[in-house]
Amino acid sequence: MQGSENIVRKAVREYGKGRENLLPILQMVRKEHNYLSEDQLREIATEMDLSSADVFGVATFYSFMDMQPKGKNIIRVCKTITCFMKGKDSIISALEDALGIKMGETTPDRKFSLLEANCIGWCHKGPAMLINDKVYTELTPEKAIQALDEYM
Amino acid sequence: MVMTREEKLARINAHQERVNLIFEKIDTQGLMEKVMKLENNKILEYIKESGLKGRGGAGFPTYLKWKLAADQKSDMKYVICNADEGEPGTFKDRKILEEQADKVFTGMAICAKVIGASEGYVYLRGEYNYLVPLLTTRMNAFNEEMNQLGLNFTLKLRSGSGAYICGEETALIESMEGYRGEARNKPPFPVEKGYLGKPTVINNVETLVYCTMIVMNEGGKFKTFGTEISTGSKVFSVSGDADVEGIYELELGMTIQEFVDLFGDGDTKAVQVGGASGFCVPRKKFKETIIGFEGVPTGGSMMLFNSTRSMYHILMNYMEFMQEESCGQCTPCRVGCQQLVKGIQAIKHKKRPATYLDDLVKLAKTMRVASKCGLGQSVANPFISIVENFREEIIY
Amino acid sequence: MSENKQKLISVTIDGTPVAVPENTTILDAAKLLGVYIPTLCHHEDLCVAGNCRVCMVEVKGSRTLQASCATPVSDGMEIYTNSRLVRTARKHVIELLLSEHRGDCLRCYRNGNCELQALANEYRIDQGVFIDLHKEDQVDISSPAIQKDDSKCIRCQRCVRACTELQSVSALCVAHKGADMRITTFWDKALAYVVCTNCGQCVAHCPTGALTERNYVEDVWDAIYDPTKHVVVQTAPAIRVSIGEEVGLEPGQRVTKQLVTALRRLGFDSVLDTDFTADLTIIEEGNELLHRLTKAIRDKEDVALPMITSCSPGWIKYIEHEFSNHLDHLSTCKSPQQMFGPLAKTYYAEKIGVDPKDMVVVSIMPCTAKKFEAARPEMMASGLRDVDYVLTTRELGLMIRQAGIDFTKLEEGDYDSILGKSTGAGAIFGVTGGVMEAALRTAYELITGREIPFPNLDIKPVRGLKGVKEATLKIEGTLEKYKFLEGVELKVAIGHGLTNARKIMKQLESGESPYHFIEIMACPGGCIGGGGQPIPTTNEIRMKRSNAIYDEDEKMQYRKSHENPEIIGIYEDFLKEPLGHKSHELLHTTYVKREKN
Ligand SMILES: Cc1cc2nc3c(=O)[nH]c(=O)nc-3n(C[C@H](O)[C@H](O)[C@H](O)COP(=O)(O)O)c2cc1C
Ligand code: SF4
Ligand code: SF4
Ligand code: SF4
Ligand code: SF4
Ligand code: FES
Ligand code: FES
Repeated sequence: MQGSENIVRKAVREYGKGRENLLPILQMVRKEHNYLSEDQLREIATEMDLSSADVFGVATFYSFMDMQPKGKNIIRVCKTITCFMKGKDSIISALEDALGIKMGETTPDRKFSLLEANCIGWCHKGPAMLINDKVYTELTPEKAIQALDEYM
Repeated sequence: MVMTREEKLARINAHQERVNLIFEKIDTQGLMEKVMKLENNKILEYIKESGLKGRGGAGFPTYLKWKLAADQKSDMKYVICNADEGEPGTFKDRKILEEQADKVFTGMAICAKVIGASEGYVYLRGEYNYLVPLLTTRMNAFNEEMNQLGLNFTLKLRSGSGAYICGEETALIESMEGYRGEARNKPPFPVEKGYLGKPTVINNVETLVYCTMIVMNEGGKFKTFGTEISTGSKVFSVSGDADVEGIYELELGMTIQEFVDLFGDGDTKAVQVGGASGFCVPRKKFKETIIGFEGVPTGGSMMLFNSTRSMYHILMNYMEFMQEESCGQCTPCRVGCQQLVKGIQAIKHKKRPATYLDDLVKLAKTMRVASKCGLGQSVANPFISIVENFREEIIY
Repeated sequence: MSENKQKLISVTIDGTPVAVPENTTILDAAKLLGVYIPTLCHHEDLCVAGNCRVCMVEVKGSRTLQASCATPVSDGMEIYTNSRLVRTARKHVIELLLSEHRGDCLRCYRNGNCELQALANEYRIDQGVFIDLHKEDQVDISSPAIQKDDSKCIRCQRCVRACTELQSVSALCVAHKGADMRITTFWDKALAYVVCTNCGQCVAHCPTGALTERNYVEDVWDAIYDPTKHVVVQTAPAIRVSIGEEVGLEPGQRVTKQLVTALRRLGFDSVLDTDFTADLTIIEEGNELLHRLTKAIRDKEDVALPMITSCSPGWIKYIEHEFSNHLDHLSTCKSPQQMFGPLAKTYYAEKIGVDPKDMVVVSIMPCTAKKFEAARPEMMASGLRDVDYVLTTRELGLMIRQAGIDFTKLEEGDYDSILGKSTGAGAIFGVTGGVMEAALRTAYELITGREIPFPNLDIKPVRGLKGVKEATLKIEGTLEKYKFLEGVELKVAIGHGLTNARKIMKQLESGESPYHFIEIMACPGGCIGGGGQPIPTTNEIRMKRSNAIYDEDEKMQYRKSHENPEIIGIYEDFLKEPLGHKSHELLHTTYVKREKN
C-alpha cells in the first residue's frame, strides 16, 4: 500500500493535476506493478480531483491498462491477420506449454503473463510478439521459448 | 511476367532509389535555417503545388489543412504528429520514426511556423514504446535547435496504450486530453477546435516528412511522381504471402497487377489495400485497379493473399479486430460489428441461410453512412469487397 | 445591440425552405417546420452526444448521413429527413439496438413510456432480422433507491451525462471498449457501494427501463390491504403540481384537492401533508440560523457559517462524500419527510389512538433519494422505522391507474387534520429558491417584527431557474433581542443541481464564501425537477410546474410558516419550543463522513 501511494503521488507531481495528464499518469503507475489496482485508481482520482468512475472508464478503454494483477513480464502475442497467417497459433501453444499456463493467465511464480494483442506493427516479420516493450519477430515456437530465457 | 526474387528486388530497389524522398539523409538543421527565412505563404504554395494529400488514410489535402489552421485566430495552436499507426498491415511510420525522426520533427516545425503553433506532440502508439528513449533524445536535441534558431516551438511525446481508434484524429485528441478515445462530432474539425479546444493540425508521420522534402526541394521532385489525382510517392508496408515483404517507397499510380508482379509470390489471389479498413482486390481486378486516390486509396498497407488462404478466416479476423477496436459509442459500429461477426459465423455453420449475407451487406452499407467516425464507416470496405468477390468462400 | 443580431441561415428541409439562426441544429430547424426527427441520445438538458444515430438525415453533397442533433445548419443546406437512405439507416439502427436489448416490454417498468419502445412501435420492427446479442445480466438492486438493468441499456450515455454534467457526481461512467462497452460504476461495483447520491437524475433522463427507481408499490398495497395497519400517507410539496402528468393531464396543473381524494380512494387511512413539516422545518431551521448568527455576530464565537439547508437527501449524500470536512455547515434539521415520520409515529399516533407499531407511514415524493434517506440507520427517532415506504410521483401514478381512478372526475378533498395544514411557504419548498423564500419570510419577521418588504411577499430575486442565485437583504429596524443584527447585510445563495452546489462548495472550501445562508437542492429546478417526477422533465415542464407551485402559494390562506395554526398548535401542545429537547430528539439529525471516491 505504501508503495502504491508513492507512485501515484510521484506521477501526479511529475505530470501535474491537469486532466490532459491522466494517460501519462496511468501509464506510469501501471508500469510499476504491470497493472493498476483498485486503490491506485481511487488515489489517482482523488489526487487529480476526478471521480474514480471517470478514471476507471478511461483506464478500461485502453487494452494495455491491465487491471488484474499481472506477472513481472507481459507477453503479448499478435493475433492479427498476417501473424495469424504465419502461425501465431503455434507460437501461443508453444508458450502455453513452456509456461504451463493458458492464454490470459499468469504463471504461479508471477514471472509471466501471456496475452494476445492486435497488430503490433511488424506484420512483414510475423509472427511477432512483445515482451514488455521489446519486440520479437519472425518467431518459430523454438525462438519464442528461447526469448523467455532473457527474463528467467 | 515471372521474375526471380533477385530480379524483383533489383527492380524494387531501382524504383526506390529513383524516388527516395522519405529515407534520404538530409541536413534538417540547415533546412530549418532556410525555412526561418521563408515567407509562410511561400511554404504554403510549395505544399499546395505539390498536391500532397494526407498519408494517414483519409487523404485530405495537406495544404488546405494547414491553411485552415493558419487562418484561425487563437492564442494557442498545436501541431500533432499522428504516430498511432494501428492499421493492421501498416508499419512504415515505425521505420520512418526510427530512421528519420528529425525529418518528422522538421515537418512539424515547418507546420508550426506556418500556422503559428508553439507546441507540438507526437502521439506514439504504445506498441512502439521501445522507440521512446530514441525519440526523447532526438526530441530534446531538436527542441534545443529550434530554441537556437529562435522558433518558439517545443515538441513533446505522448504514448498511447493500445487502442486502434486513437489513430482517428478526434479520438486521438480525446485521448490526449485524458478521456476515452471516443471520436467527436464533426464539425467542428480539429483545425478549428482541436487539442484543448485550440486550432490543431494533425498529420501522419509520413505526410510530415513529405512536407519537409517538398519544402527542401522548393516544391520540386515530389510532384514529378504519381498521377494527376495522386501526386507523389508513398511508403508501402508489404506483408502476407509476398516474395518481398517490408517497407518500400514507391510512386503512386501503379496498378495492383504491377504491384503483385513485383512483390507477390506468383500465386496471389487477392490484395487487401489499406489494411483491415481497406478494400480487397481480387485477381480478376488486378489490372484495372490503380493504387491511389483514383482507385484504391491506402494508408500504405498492402497485404497479399495466395490461393491457400481462406477468405472466410481473413474476413473473420478483420471483423473481430473491428469489433474489439470500435470505441463502442455509436450504435451502427458497436452493434453492427458484432452482427457481422456473428452473422458470417452463423452462415458458415448453417444456422442462417446464405441469403442472410445480403442482409449483412445492407447492414454494412448502413454502417458506412451512419457511423460516427471513419472506423465504423470503413468496416463496409473489407466486408463488402470480400463478400462480393469471395461469396462462396464465405458461405461454404 | 443591432450588430449582435444573429445571422440567419437559409436551408431547405424536405423541399421546404426555412431560415433559422446560425448554430441551430438540423434537428431544431426541422422542428420549426413541424418535422419531427426521432432521437434517443439527445436530451435538451444535456450536451450533445451524437452516438445513437437514429436522428440521421441526408444532406445533399455529403458522403455520409449527418446526425441532425449534432450538426449545425449551414447556408444552402439541402436536407432530407425521410429519404430511402435515411429510412433504411434508421430502421437498421433501431434493429441493432433491439438486437442488443432484452426486449421484454410486457414485463418492463417503462412499458408504455419508453423511447425505444415508441420507436420500435413507430417503425413496426416486428420481426428481428439480426441475431439476438443481449446478455443476461444480474439486475443491480443493491441500492434502496435506484435499480440498474444493463440488459435494457441502449448505451446512449444520457445517464452518465446527467450524473456528470448536471450533478458533478460521476458515479456512473462509460467503461470498456467495443462490444464490451457499457455503462457502469467505479470498478463495476454495485450502486450502493459507490458515490451515487440517489438523486435519480440518471433515472429521469434514461429513455428506457435500464435505470428505474426501486419500486415499492406492491408493499404499499399490502399495507393498505392489511386491516391491522393504519396507513398514513404524506405528500411532498412538488407532487401536487406534477401527479397530473401521470394521469394524462398537461404539465403545470395544480391538483392538490383531487390528489387528496385519490389517496383516500386508494385506501390510505390518514391523508396528511409534508407541507406541514416543511413549515415546521422553517421554524426549526430559521431559529437555527438565528442561533448561529447570534453566536457568530454577537458572541463572536466560532460557528459554522454559512449555514446550508439540509432538506434534499441527494444533496446530503453528495456533501457527505464530496465535502465531508464541511458537514458542520449543514443545518441539523431533518428533511420535511423525516420530520413527518417520527411526528406521525409519536404525536399523531397518540392523538388518534393508534399503536405506532401498527402504523405504516408512506410518503409520496418527487424523489428517489428520499427512499435512501428513509432507510438511513439514524432515521428511527420514533423507535421504529420513521418512514416505512417512499413512493415516487411515478409510482403513485401507477397506483392511481391500477385502481382505475379517473382523475378528471374526482371531487375535491382536504387533508386530514393535524399534520395536514400548511402555508404557501411550505408549498414553495418544491421549487428551487423556495426554502430560502420561506425562511426569509419567517426569519425577517422574527428579527424585525415586520413583514419582509417585498410586494405580495414574493421574493423574486430567489426565484427562477438560474443555476446559482444570490440575494442580499439589509436588516433594519430590528427588535431589541436582535439589535446586533441592525444594519447587517444578510447574504444568501441558492444552488440547484449538484454541479451548481459544487461551485458553491468550492468557494466555501477556499474560504471565500460571502454568504450567511445557502439553499441547495440536488435536482435541477429543485423537487419539481426531482428524480422521481414524471418523465419527461424538461426546462419548459420545470417552468410550468414551478409556476403552478407559486400559484398554490399565492392562493393559500397563510403564506408564512409561523402563521400556520397547526404549527403554533404543535409547539404549544408537544414540541414546546423551537430547537428544544423534543425537537432535538425527533427533528434534528447528524451526518456521516463518506469516502470521496
Ligand atoms: C479508425 C481510424 C484510425 C486511424 N489511424 C490513423 C493512424 O494510425 N495514423 C494516421 O496518421 N492516421 C490515422 N487515421 C486518420 C486520421 O484520422 C487523420 O485523418 C490523419 O491522421 C490525418 O493526417 P494526414 O492528413 O496527414 O493523413 C485513422 C482514422 C481512423 C478513422
Ligand atoms: S464508428 Fe465506431 S469507432 Fe467511430 S465513433 Fe462509432 S463506435 Fe466509435
Ligand atoms: S426498456 Fe423499453 S423497449 Fe426495453 S423492454 Fe422496457 S419498455 Fe421494452
Ligand atoms: S442506462 Fe439508460 S440513460 Fe444510461 S446509457 Fe443506458 S439507456 Fe442510456
Ligand atoms: S432536490 Fe428534491 S427531488 Fe432532488 S434529491 Fe433533493 S429532495 Fe429529492
Ligand atoms: S499482424 Fe501481427 S504485427 Fe501486424
Ligand atoms: S439523437 Fe442524434 S445521434 Fe442520438
